[in-house]
Amino acid sequence: MPDGNNTGIGASVLRKEDRRFITGKGNYTDDINRPGQTYAHFVRSEVAHATLNGVDTSAAESADGVVAVFTGADLAAAEVGGLPCGWALTFQNGDPMVEPGHPILAQGKVRHVGDPIAVVIAETKKQAKSAAALIKTDLQQLPAVVDMTQAVEGGELVHEEAANNICYDWAIGDKGEVDKIFEGADHVTSIDIVNNRLIPNAMEPRVAIGDFDDSSGDYTLYTTTQNPHVIRLLMGAFVLQIPEHKLRVVAPDVGGGFGSKIFHYAEEALVTWASAQVNRPVKWTADRSEAFMSDAHGRDHVTKASLALDKDGKFLGLKEETLANMGGYLSTFAPAIPTYMHSVLMAGVYTTPVIYSNIIAVFTNTVPVDAYRGAGRPEATYILERLVDRAAREMGIDQIEIRKKNFIPTDAFPYQTPVALAYDSGDYFATLDTAVKNADVKGFDKRKKASAKDGKLRGIGFSTYVEACGAAPSAVAGALGARAGLYECANVRVHPTGSVTVYTGSHSHGQGHETAFAQLVSEKLGVHTDAVDIVHGDTEKIPFGMGTYGSRSLAVGGTAIDKAMDKIIDKATKIVSHILEAGEGDIEFKDGAFTVAGTDKSMAFGEVALAAYVPHNYPLEELEPGLEETAFYDPTNFTYPGGCHVCEVEVDPTTGVTEVVSFTAADDPGIVVNPMIVEGQVHGGIAQGIGQALLEGCAYDENGQLLTGSYMDYTMPRADNLPSYQVSTESTECTHNSLGVKGCGEVGAIGSPPAVINAIVDALSELGVTDVPMPATSQAVWRAIQAAK
Amino acid sequence: MSNFQYLSASALDEAAAKVKGAQDGALLAGGMTLLPSIKLGLSDPSDVVDLSGIGDLAGISADGGAVTIGAMTRHADVAGSSDVPGYLAALAGGIGDPQVRNRGTIGGSVANNDPAADYPAACLALGATINTDQGSYSADDFFTGLFETALGDGEIVTSVSFPAADKAAYQKFTSPASRYALVGVFVASGSDGVRVAVTGCGQGGVYRESGLEEALDGDFSAGALDGKTVSSDNLLSDIHAAADYRAHLIVEMAKRAVAACG
Repeated sequence: MPDGNNTGIGASVLRKEDRRFITGKGNYTDDINRPGQTYAHFVRSEVAHATLNGVDTSAAESADGVVAVFTGADLAAAEVGGLPCGWALTFQNGDPMVEPGHPILAQGKVRHVGDPIAVVIAETKKQAKSAAALIKTDLQQLPAVVDMTQAVEGGELVHEEAANNICYDWAIGDKGEVDKIFEGADHVTSIDIVNNRLIPNAMEPRVAIGDFDDSSGDYTLYTTTQNPHVIRLLMGAFVLQIPEHKLRVVAPDVGGGFGSKIFHYAEEALVTWASAQVNRPVKWTADRSEAFMSDAHGRDHVTKASLALDKDGKFLGLKEETLANMGGYLSTFAPAIPTYMHSVLMAGVYTTPVIYSNIIAVFTNTVPVDAYRGAGRPEATYILERLVDRAAREMGIDQIEIRKKNFIPTDAFPYQTPVALAYDSGDYFATLDTAVKNADVKGFDKRKKASAKDGKLRGIGFSTYVEACGAAPSAVAGALGARAGLYECANVRVHPTGSVTVYTGSHSHGQGHETAFAQLVSEKLGVHTDAVDIVHGDTEKIPFGMGTYGSRSLAVGGTAIDKAMDKIIDKATKIVSHILEAGEGDIEFKDGAFTVAGTDKSMAFGEVALAAYVPHNYPLEELEPGLEETAFYDPTNFTYPGGCHVCEVEVDPTTGVTEVVSFTAADDPGIVVNPMIVEGQVHGGIAQGIGQALLEGCAYDENGQLLTGSYMDYTMPRADNLPSYQVSTESTECTHNSLGVKGCGEVGAIGSPPAVINAIVDALSELGVTDVPMPATSQAVWRAIQAAK
Repeated sequence: MSNFQYLSASALDEAAAKVKGAQDGALLAGGMTLLPSIKLGLSDPSDVVDLSGIGDLAGISADGGAVTIGAMTRHADVAGSSDVPGYLAALAGGIGDPQVRNRGTIGGSVANNDPAADYPAACLALGATINTDQGSYSADDFFTGLFETALGDGEIVTSVSFPAADKAAYQKFTSPASRYALVGVFVASGSDGVRVAVTGCGQGGVYRESGLEEALDGDFSAGALDGKTVSSDNLLSDIHAAADYRAHLIVEMAKRAVAACG
């Protein structure tokens, strides 16, 4: 532990929020109950695809305790809008993507198991559920389209307006140019990849409470979201036509999101609208089964990719064709994930000069798919690192050597990739060397022999990655189809005695903002973190905010706080200049005190704060009293964390069971504010990455029934599936934000899956195995071994 | 979860009368299957008769190598008992998780006959006798199908008696998600020869794998199973293990179980 008085940048300050979490004092949405509250229960489709001819709600309406029953027809009659999509893509020819309506309750058709059809609002939760069982739906079942290849090859249409179920057919790069390079290449390595569909499984299921006050006309929505202002914007402006000043969105403590709580969901809009209809608060709490079939899923790409190399293993070109599953409807940011969060990362950490990426987004009768920890970038890293691993094996080149041969040189930054992004900084050699050293790669052969004595096949796998996070320059995002800006806002309020409250638009749902952001204040203003409170998650308290996703909180939200503090210091300097009768240029602020250069005249930060609020001796003609500043920060570029992950596995060839026996990560998250929190974030990300690689896989049958609808069948990673990790950081500074920070929330989930799979392929290579799918379950590994026999 | 009437009983005949008198009665032992089933709406009994108040249903008594375990004995108590042979204690200690082991009972397990439960494999391989308030059954006659037993309506399991085995062991390959047995193989060698019981696999629930029994009868060693295969014809298939993978694992787990006998 650091010196208890040093709570600035670089100190592993214990998390301020953990006391309330571990003592049961957290305040989650389901902990909130409003006077006169009613309870909503949704009737959801049990079939994947059907025409909805009608809904008979009569029995439910007269059931005990029922306050109201609503169907899609009621919402249509009330002219309630559908759920909007926040990102518009285009076809290669410039035509806009197909953007079908997404009604809050199904109208005309149901399109996935779990699609909400009706809602019952009753005095108790139990009455709502019992009455819901009385609702009769008239559904005429249609063939379900589940497999993406079948969907685009004449499968039943999920939406009439989407020919071949294609939402968009988009590309970046010059196909002709890349084809020419492949024709002349010495070696081409190709791979077919399925990036498995994942179900997010935040510990806290989604909850929403709508609360309408008919005396003022004000609506309040309490909801489990990662971005309350975005929900206010999307729901207020597009769905319910409630102006911002009449709509408050509160996201209190939120128990994990991993992306799945970014999006605006039907249930939020429904309870808000319904609370005005019944003139009482309406609460909905998802049960776990509902979460499985209604939280947006992640990943689900089917890809063909190839890498062209010269005879020495230098990368010449890369091409990718991917089918990306959108599910039954477009979720809020779904179109951007496989394109602007994915294709533009296909250079990875390498100097590949020519890249072509073609993405076809496909509607299927499955739960909508959207961002999930890493969002597009794990899929890019997986393709690249599987290709590089395979190319090295095919050409007989060492795995470390082929990477170093193709790394972007450390002196080449800023580096313009051929796929739009320009990386500002990085040192991929440093993270690779550190990981190789910490993983004791030299000792691997010895360990492999020891494993062999126990009948186990040991393998080692590498992954070197870069990600783009800290989304994003608003102008760039706007040019690429985003329908919102991506800045962040902070308000820093210095109180009269010098303590500080920061109001941030970056919501915290596990990231530790209340500590890390307080450390920014401690570092800059010289106050202890105990004197700093971080407030987030309420549109009535925070001026504005774009929320937390894409590892953007510190890089964008933190920088906004830093900018607001710059304004505080500017103003404080003017106050000190007046009081100490010195020129502003002569005043230095350091370690919490303002000093007139070359003199012993100084004022502590707290004294200046008091002077600002008790302006007896104060330049009132030039300066307003008070010490509070707001800043909006819109970044000029993404940030680019990178790193190297090394995984060792032992495979039991008789059963196919894979054990991850060691995992080493060396990451470059930029300047580290709290090493303990960074380590925790990387640990969690790796757990999710190993989960994807070995355990997790959402499965549907051919009728669109969700086979993995509970923990009996969906395999979450558990402690005994995971080794103790060896994680470290090798930082280069971000050059375009004032803190030099990049991000760490997603690196674990982005870097780790290919390291695990490459390690299994390495272990099985002596049996002739060249590929194993994700998740590499014991059965999948056993089958790969049988197929190679 | 629907409402039901909770009824307690302090004697076997009282419990039997109450469950028989109910419109749709269910017996509650540890509740580790019944209660989740009710919560999920898979089971909807009108009355639940709790057996935990019947004191003489719990307990372990040993007689030479044989052991009789009362129906209401919790898995954790079997796992921790020095009166129970090691192979049975080990099986009990591997059921579910600590919470399940401290609530779940042997009587509940055998009466429910979940196709992935562990105890039925031990009963069948060891040639156990399942005693009830009406009489007794040999394990071979007791387990009749998926979640099906020879128990009559309202018949209550009172204890399970296991004869001594010379050598026995259980090996379980768990489902990565549920941690139930994907494949569980119990091998036992005793005066009646070798018995190999398989759980987690059979379309009809727990069953004996006669081909492996024959292979082991003359040579009770893991090597005796080298190259042996079992048919996948009547085995379960699911997303975690198709029938052919289960068939492969049955032989592998049998080998490991024989090896574990020492």
